[in-house]
Amino acid sequence: MKPFEQLVTDHGPTVLRVCRAVLGPGPDAEDAWSEAFLSALKAYPQLPSDANHEAWLVTIAHRKAIDVVRRRARIPTPTEHLPESPSSLGLPGNDDDELRQAVAALPLKQREAVALHYLAGLPYAEAAELTGSTTDAVRRAAADGMAKLRAFYRRGQQRATEVAAPDASEGAFR
Amino acid sequence: MTAERSAVQNTGAGEELDVLTRLDPAQLERLHGRLEHEAAAAGAVDLAYTTTDTPVGKLLLVATNEGLVRVAFASEHHDGVLAGLAGTISPRILRSPARLEPAVRQLDEYFAGHRRFFDLPLDRRLSKGFRADVLNHLPEIPYGRTESYAQVAAAVGNPKAVRAVGSACATNPLPVVVPCHRVLRSDGAFGGYLGGPDAKAYLLGLESAA
Repeated sequence: MKPFEQLVTDHGPTVLRVCRAVLGPGPDAEDAWSEAFLSALKAYPQLPSDANHEAWLVTIAHRKAIDVVRRRARIPTPTEHLPESPSSLGLPGNDDDELRQAVAALPLKQREAVALHYLAGLPYAEAAELTGSTTDAVRRAAADGMAKLRAFYRRGQQRATEVAAPDASEGAFR
Repeated sequence: MTAERSAVQNTGAGEELDVLTRLDPAQLERLHGRLEHEAAAAGAVDLAYTTTDTPVGKLLLVATNEGLVRVAFASEHHDGVLAGLAGTISPRILRSPARLEPAVRQLDEYFAGHRRFFDLPLDRRLSKGFRADVLNHLPEIPYGRTESYAQVAAAVGNPKAVRAVGSACATNPLPVVVPCHRVLRSDGAFGGYLGGPDAKAYLLGLESAA
């Protein structure tokens, strides 16, 4: 079995990309990454020796990221007195802001599909299993997500919400 | 599907994915630090390690919760040593410089000539039987002094086991800290050394000068 440190070195960047694609830049993605590697470290000695390390880590990270999404959904949005806390969205006008806009432009299903298939390199079937969806739905969500990212990329600085067109295939996913 | 995937990977994930793939190396380093901290707090790290530069080359230092368990010279190939420990002790291995800070500091002091013995908790689980007896005796050889393999064999109660003393020294899991470099051949020749003859000569020179 490889020393766990090797897994952090080899797969830490991919896992972080997946977390950031699902959650945006900022503390949520860092929390998901940290929780994923800590729980992977605890379980590592029991992992079968022929396991695919990256797929295993991405699976755990995806689960942690969805936990964060659910947690966030339960937190009520303040309407009157906004707390003066540091922004989790990064400084406007830098790489983080661009990523935040790109992530905001895509529905969660498309973010998951793009992250798992294009960033983590999982086949559609595995990404479908992971998200409790079907291969076709994930393929469509990944394609739609990529089309929007392409449009977002082309329009450069324009607000990402303008390119987030209504998506007919959304309901078919899951 | 394979063609699609390889196309994406060949072009560095494509321009439109660029915004999703860019990472700041400082962020990963920060996350590694957080993992070291949280994993230690959770008791999930079985082997913590770091490396430190010394006059005898880069040393790998590895510790369990009980203490320092392995010191390795660069010539032993650090990656191979860690891979071996993953099999013999545990694969839950994490680079954790903070955990090894006292060992690094004492080695710095030793190589600066300011420290004559190491005051560190040691985990001696990698040495068994007669070899463990030999290694337990070595710290009794004072700084700046030497013993012959035959003297060590006699000291551990087995005067005929001169060769076995040699192999115990040659497989010392804690070189420098457990001073196998202070054991010479009876004719005064250096005898072998895990870190090479130059390293052994350097350590003996350091200790005789101080």
